[in-house]
Amino acid sequence: MDSPIFGPLWLSAQLAGVTMVLLIILGTPLAWWLSQTESRWKPAAQAVVAMPIVLPPTVLGFYLLILLGPQGAIGSWWVQLTGSTLTFSFTGLVIASCIYSLPFAVQPLQNAFESLSQQTLEFAWTQGASKVDAFFTVAVPLSLRGFVTAAVLSFAHTLGEFGVVLMVGGNIPGETRVISIAIYDQVEMLNYSSAHQMSLMLIVFAFCVLLAMYLVNRRWSRL
Amino acid sequence: MNESRTVVSDTHVALQHTLHRDDFSLHVDVTIPAKGVTGLFGASGSGKTTLLRCIAGLENRNASGSQPVHKRGIGYVFQEPQLFPHLDVHGNIRFGSKRNGSPQLDEQRVVKMLGLANLLHRKPTELSGGEAQRVAIAAVLLRSPQLILMDEPLASLDQRRKDELLPYLDRLHDELSVPVVYVSHNIDEVSRLCDHLLLIDDGKIIASGGLHEVLARLDIPILYGRNAGTVILATPERYDSDFNLTRFRFSGGELQVPGEYDARSPNLRLRIAASDVSLCLARPQKTTILNILPAEVDDVQPTGPSTDLVRLAIGDDFLLAQVTRLSVTRLDLKKGDPVFAQVKSVTVRR
Repeated sequence: MDSPIFGPLWLSAQLAGVTMVLLIILGTPLAWWLSQTESRWKPAAQAVVAMPIVLPPTVLGFYLLILLGPQGAIGSWWVQLTGSTLTFSFTGLVIASCIYSLPFAVQPLQNAFESLSQQTLEFAWTQGASKVDAFFTVAVPLSLRGFVTAAVLSFAHTLGEFGVVLMVGGNIPGETRVISIAIYDQVEMLNYSSAHQMSLMLIVFAFCVLLAMYLVNRRWSRL
Repeated sequence: MNESRTVVSDTHVALQHTLHRDDFSLHVDVTIPAKGVTGLFGASGSGKTTLLRCIAGLENRNASGSQPVHKRGIGYVFQEPQLFPHLDVHGNIRFGSKRNGSPQLDEQRVVKMLGLANLLHRKPTELSGGEAQRVAIAAVLLRSPQLILMDEPLASLDQRRKDELLPYLDRLHDELSVPVVYVSHNIDEVSRLCDHLLLIDDGKIIASGGLHEVLARLDIPILYGRNAGTVILATPERYDSDFNLTRFRFSGGELQVPGEYDARSPNLRLRIAASDVSLCLARPQKTTILNILPAEVDDVQPTGPSTDLVRLAIGDDFLLAQVTRLSVTRLDLKKGDPVFAQVKSVTVRR
C-alpha cells in the first residue's frame, strides 16, 4: 500500500470513509433538528452549515490550521490529551474533512426529513411510539434515499478535497498525502504519466460512485 | 393559562382543554359518557380538529396537565389515513399493538370486522381510500386505546367509498365498548353514528347531551336550516311487497317508508328533516303524503328572516317542522295546539 499510486488512493478512501461515517452519525441529529425546529436560530444554523460550500478551501484551511495547531484552542488541548499534534496528522484531516463536507451530509438528510409527512409521525406517536422510537422506526426507513445521497456525497466530496488538506495536512506519505495531493505532486515534478494514471482512476471512480447513487435513487423513486 | 387534561373513568370521560392563540382560543370543560360514540359537530373553523388534537396531545404540548402523546392511550383516526408507507397492512396494524402490550381485542376479530383478511400483505399505496381508512381504524383499535378520536374519517372519500365504509363504522358502534369522539360537519353522518352530541362554536361547547335531546333543541343556530331535524327510534313491522313499503312503529304511531326492512332489527334510526315536515290544523284528505301524524305544538322559535322552527311532541318523540312565519301567524300556532304533521320524507339511518 505504499506504492506511489495506491498509497495515496487508499489513504483518500480511508479518509473519505471515516468522514462519511462520522458525518452520518453527527449530521443526522443536526439535520433532524433543522427539519423540525421552529427556532429563530434556524436560518443562522443553516447558514453556518452551508458556509463550506461558499468559502474558498484556503479560508477554511487557514482557520482550521490556527484552531488545530499546537497553539490553537483545540490543537493545544489535543496535545495535552495525546501528546501529538492535530495538524499534519490523519486525525486532523478527518476533523477538517468533516467540517468541509458537512453541508453535503446535512442538506440531503434535512431535505429527506422535511419531506416526511408530519401527520405520519403524529400517527406513530398516537399509536404509542415515543419520539425516539418513531424516529428510528418511521422517519429513518422513510428517509433511506436521503441517507444514501448524504453518504455518497460526503464520501465523494471528501475524496475530491485539495485546498483544506494541503493547508491542514501538508504532504506526508502514508499520513496526509491523499490522492489529490499526490496528483499535484506528480504534476509539479512533471511526472505526467503517473498524474494521468491517478487522475483517470479518480475520474472513473467518481463516475461509478455517482452513477450507482443515481441508479439506486431512481429505483427507489419508482417504488 | 393553557390546560390539557383528559381523564377516562369507568363511566365518564372528562375533557378539560384550554388553549390561547393570537387568533383563536379554545375553552372546553365537558364530560361525555365512557360508552358509545360522541359526535363533535360544528361549522368549519369552530375548533373541532383543534380540540381533537388537544385531546391527543398533538397540540398544546406545554399546557399544565399535559402528558406525552405516546403515553396517553388515545387512538387517532385522521381525515386522510396516515399509514406507514414502508410497512404492509399487517405491519401497520401491528405497529400499535406491539407497543401497547397484549391488545384487548383479538387481531383476527378486528381483521374480520373490518374486512381486511385479503389485504394484509398489500402496501398502503395499493389500497383505495376506503380500504386505507379501514386499516387505520384496525390499527387504532389494536393499540388498545382508552379513547378513540376520529377526525371526519369519511370526508376524504367519494360517496361510493363513504357508503362502503359506513357499514363498518356501524359495526364498530355496535360491537365496541371503547368510547369514540367522532368529528363531523355532516348532520346525516352524526345522526347515523352517534349516541351523544357535543356542539362546538368558536372554541366553546355550546350544547352537550343525548343525540335525540340535542337535535330537538330550538335555541342553537347551527341546528337551523338544513341541519334542522330529529332522529326517532322505530321498529319495522310489516313489509308490503306490492308497493315496496315498510311500516315502522314508533312511540308516536306508524310511519311508512320505501324499501324493505327486517322486522328482526328493532330500533332503527329514522331521520326526519324539518324541511320535510309541514303542518295542517285539520287532517288532510286526498293527499299524496303517506305519513300524517297527530301531534301537539311544543314550542315555536324564529330561525330566520321569514322562517320559524316548530317543535312537535308526538308520543315520547319530537319532530321539527320548518315553516314560514306567515303560516305560523295565519294558523296562530302556539304551545299546546293540536296539529297534523305531514311527513314528506324519512331516511332510515341504519
